[in-house]
Parts: sequence; structure tokens; C-alpha cells
Amino acid sequence: MLEVKNLHAKIGDKEILKGIDLVINDGETHAIMGPNGSGKSTLSAVLVGNPLYEVTEGEAYFNGKNLLEMKPEDRAHEGLFLSFQYPVEIPGVSMTNFMKAAINEKRKYQGLEPMNAAEFLKLQREKRKIVELDSKLANRSVNEGFSGGEKKRNEIFQMAMLEPKLSILDETDSGLDVDAMRIVAEGVNKLQTSETSCIVITHYDRLLEMIKPQFVHVLYKGRIVKTGGPELAVQIQEHGYDWIKEEIGEE
Amino acid sequence: MITSSENQYIELYNEARQMIFDHAPESMNAMRDQAFEDFRKQGFPTKKVERYKYTDIQKLFEPDYGVNLSRLQIPVDPYEAFHCDVPNLSTSLYFVVNDMFYHDDKPKGHLPEGVIIGSMRDYPELVAKYYTKLAKTSEDGITALNTMLAQDGLLVYVPKNTKVDRAIQVINILKATPQNAQRVVPDLMVNRRVLIVLEECAEIKMLFCDHAADDRNFLATQVIEAYVGENASLDLYCMEETHHKNVRLSNVYIDQQANSRVNHNVITLHNGITRNKLDLTFSGEGAECQCYGCVIADKQQHVDNNTLIVHKVPHCNSQELYKYVLDDKSVGAFAGRVLVEHGAQKTTSQMTNQNLTATKEARMYTQPMLEIYADDVKCAHGSTVGQLNDAALFYMRQRGISLQEAKLLLQNAFINEVIDHMELEPLRDRLHYLVEKRFRGELNKCSGCKLCK
Repeated sequence: MLEVKNLHAKIGDKEILKGIDLVINDGETHAIMGPNGSGKSTLSAVLVGNPLYEVTEGEAYFNGKNLLEMKPEDRAHEGLFLSFQYPVEIPGVSMTNFMKAAINEKRKYQGLEPMNAAEFLKLQREKRKIVELDSKLANRSVNEGFSGGEKKRNEIFQMAMLEPKLSILDETDSGLDVDAMRIVAEGVNKLQTSETSCIVITHYDRLLEMIKPQFVHVLYKGRIVKTGGPELAVQIQEHGYDWIKEEIGEE
Repeated sequence: MITSSENQYIELYNEARQMIFDHAPESMNAMRDQAFEDFRKQGFPTKKVERYKYTDIQKLFEPDYGVNLSRLQIPVDPYEAFHCDVPNLSTSLYFVVNDMFYHDDKPKGHLPEGVIIGSMRDYPELVAKYYTKLAKTSEDGITALNTMLAQDGLLVYVPKNTKVDRAIQVINILKATPQNAQRVVPDLMVNRRVLIVLEECAEIKMLFCDHAADDRNFLATQVIEAYVGENASLDLYCMEETHHKNVRLSNVYIDQQANSRVNHNVITLHNGITRNKLDLTFSGEGAECQCYGCVIADKQQHVDNNTLIVHKVPHCNSQELYKYVLDDKSVGAFAGRVLVEHGAQKTTSQMTNQNLTATKEARMYTQPMLEIYADDVKCAHGSTVGQLNDAALFYMRQRGISLQEAKLLLQNAFINEVIDHMELEPLRDRLHYLVEKRFRGELNKCSGCKLCK
């Protein structure tokens, strides 16, 4: 699915990623944890091609294709999806029009005809159920006036609509109450298949109890310094990061 | 200072005064010599004149344009030559070819009794009573020039307690070349005139569409005077869809009596150089106006909207929203002034101008102004100039929407805020469509125009 080798990236003059190696196979779920400012969001931004960041070294392949050479929209068409930590409000563009444009551009990329309106509405209705999203939101502007929980559920709704191969959830649990977190986690689980993979970026093991990752990575100062199973998340929850810093010889 | 720009027209008037008079109605001739005097005194406004600082008017009048003083009919069937981009509005359709009211015998739909939509030539008494009372020739050089040269015009009159249900659509066609012309014709200057009189409790919706039907250089001056009586209601939409060789200079004067309402929209979809001036005065209490403008410009286009709203009396409400999207090397200007006179208490007023510049070369000048001499009013004004939101663009691209399409969605959303306010529903739907087409670059012309065929 995804193969990242020695990835370095900077924003402005500040180097944030200092050599990331990561392999994700089909059907796997990986969690990425780490203290604030360690580069977790940067990694997700670089993978989806955010132009604010510049890759200075390294490679990333997505199903055999060179990810770093692709435009962000083409990465999306290939099946890469990011659930934003801070979903962007787009005044004046309705959720429906936005989703229609996204779906039809993907279909164009795949050489398919645009989806007709009835089909689209049906699909939208089905997918909304997955995250229990209010149908009234469809007529509103993208994310505008949405509550924190609605914004995050709206991200998972978009994920359901676009059926990506690899989804990156960037702190999708932040700002969610327990019920909303359960809805989001169940939504993500429903969308998982043996052919799709997922990267979950989070600070807490609560979400990971619901979305069960096979691997947990600790990102620190732009590198993956430790990899383990789900038990690693529990240890971090109990003891913080200091023991890991000690392990790698840092105070 | 009188320059060669003015001299052309001073000489023209001196030489051709008799011809102008011979081919114009007496009611319009009555004001002509005074207008000429006022024009000679003022000349064209220079950029030092506060309300003209963003458009060089003198320069626009430098070229040598032909003026059709002997009122030669340019044989044209507007129904054939031209298909407006706002069709099927179930409007009553009228044409003004250059500055001449086009008489035809096509059915116009039923107009209520007493309603007049016709040439100013045919209604001397009404014209004599209202003509030039709002558009004072002593105060604006362009209005003076228009008044000294205009020989025909459109009269709209709605008597007391009368409501015209069907919107009236007037298509202004600019055409210099007769069909099958053998020789090269000169560039053309036209001087359009519109007089709108709404008596007490009268109601009408007007839509003016400006189009250029051939590839000559045009300069169109236009003066619209609108008297809106007590409790009357006027919708005045002006849409321009001309080409880059067109200059439009429009001065609109509106006077509102008590409890009247005016909805004025100016839409610039495609143009060359455009200057729209609006002077609106509240003369009676309890009146309200909504003035909206939207501008989409690219290449070297230039659009300058200038508004003055005078609150003379208490308890009136004015709302202004003007939005621009400027691409390439286009230039936009908006200067709005709201003047709340002494004693005009309980005035409410909001003026907003928001602009998007899509390139580094595009320029926007914005100048919202409030001048208040009353102490119990609620007035606000604001303006912004910005670029498309990068975070929103990237968010859309991450969902697979191409950069170009994402820009289009954002620009459309920006302009739609103005269009959504429009109350003429079929026009609103049509405009949503036209604006999208315009942003897609599929509307680089007016559809009837020879330039792009």
C-alpha cells in the first residue's frame, strides 16, 4: 500500500521530518503517536501533498506509484484520504456541490461518466447513516457553522463517499465527546476492508481501543523512534513519553 | 481645463447644433443649450475630481468617434441580430438600438392601463415635467455632454396604484455597421437616456442588458433618471455583457419619496472600460434601498463603481453590497459615500465592498465613506481585498477537486452572495449559470458579438 523511505521535509527553513521509514501493507491499521511538535501532522500533510511543506529528501510510493511526483488531487484520485485535524470552512460552497464535484472528478480520472443526480443522492443518504450525520448539513456550506463533532463526523462521511484505499485520520478524536468518538470509530471500522489501510494519528489510547491498530509507532523529533503492538499505546497512556526518550538516550 | 477631448464636442455642437435640434424632440432641445454651456464650463471631470479619481475620463473621449446626429436608421432586426443571454424570462422585451428606441409591432404582453414604455419623443409633456430635474448638467460633465447630445430616450411611466407584474427587459444594442455594409464605418459614440417615473404606489421591475453587436469601438454614455413616488417600488437591474472595445459611462440618478423602495443591481459580466455612477437621494421618510453590484473582470478590463446615497430625511435604510473578482491585469474601483444629513435621525445604513484579486497584477481601489451629521443613527461600512483561501483550496484538492475547479467553486461562491440577493428569480437562476460560464472562460464575449464569432 504505502512505502516511505528516509523522508525529510521542511516548512520554510525549519526541518521537521528527519528521515521517516514506514511500510503499510493492505488491510493494516497503524497508529502514530508522539509528543506535540514531533511531526505527526507534518507527515500526514506531506503524504497528501500540502504545498506548504517541501520534501527535501527521501521517497514515498503508493501502490507502486511515486507519490511525491503527483498533484494533491491525483493522490486523492489514487485513493489517499486525509481526515483533517482542523476541517476547513468553505462559505458559499454547499456540502452537496462539494461532494458532487469530488466524486465526479474522481470518476473522470477513472474514465467514468459523471454520476447522475439520483444515484448521487442515494449514495449520500446511505453514507450519511454510517456517521449519523444530519441530512440538513447537506445544504449548508462546507463545515460552516458545524459543531466540532459534526466537523469530524463530516470528515468520516466524506471518507465513506470517496472510498479511499488509505485513510489518514489526523487527530480525528480531538475535541470529541465519548459518544461522538464511538460514532466516528465505528464509522471507520465499517469502512475497513482487507484491501484498505488506515493511519491513525492520536494522543490517546481511547480511540485505539475502538479502532484496533496492529502497529503503534512513536514519532519524536521527526523520526520514528519506536514501533510496537497495541500495548505500546497503553504504556504511553500510563507513563507518558519520558521512558521512550530515555531509551533513545535523551532526557 | 479644456483639452482636445472637450474641443471635439464643443466644435461639433457649434457646427451641428441645428442638425441636432432638427432631429430631436422639443422637450429635449429645451435643455440643450444650457447643457452645452455647462459642459463648456466644466469640461470632462479630471482625475483630480474626487468622484472620478479612478478613471481617466478625458482620455476616454480623446478618440474620434462618430455620432449619429442626423438619426440615420441603421437597418437591423434586433430579434434576428441578437439573442440576449437572459432569454425566456417571460419579460416584456424592448430594444434600444444604439441610442434609439426601436419601434416594432411585436406583441409586448399586456401592460396595465396608463403604463407607458416608449420613446421620449412621443410624450413631450411628461418629458418636459421631469427631464434633467435630477440629472443636473451643472454638476457632472458627462451628464452635461449626454444632455447636450441625446436626441431620443426611453420613457417609463407607471401611474398611481398600478403594478406592472411582468418584468420589463430592455436590451441596449450597440451596432455601428449595417448588415451587409460595403464600407468601413467609423467607431460610434451613443448617448442613451432613460427617464423612469413611478407615481404613488406604482411598481415595476426593469432589466437593462447592454450588448455590443459588432466589433467597432463604442463609447456609450447613459443617464438614467428615476423618480420613485410615495410607497412606490422600483427594481432596476443593469447587466453589461459587452466586449473589450467598449466604453460605458453610466450615471444613474434616483429620488425616493416616503416609504418607497428601490432595488438596484449592477452586474458587469464582460466589458472593456466601465464606469457606473449612482446618486440616490432619500427625500421622504421610511424609504429603503438595496444596491448590489457584482463585477467579474479579467485581461485589461476596468470597472469603476461610484455611489452616493444621501439620507436627507429620518427613518430611511440603505444597504450596499459590491463584490469584485479580478483576474489577470484587470482594475477595479469602488468608491461609496453615504451622507447622513443634519436631522436625518434613525437612519440605518450598511455599505460593504469585498474583493478578490486572483493575480498579483490585478488592482483594486476601494474607498467606503460615511459622512454623518445626525446623532442617532446606525451606520456601518467596511471593505476587504483578499486572495482565494489557500487552506480551502488545498482542502478541496485533497478531496480530488482539481485546482482549477476548486478556484472556480470559491469564486462562484464569492459572487453568488450578491446574486442570491436578487429578487428577480429567473434572472437570478440565469446569472448563476452565466457567472459559472464566465469563470470557466466560456463567456469571453457577448454571444451576439462579431468579435468572437
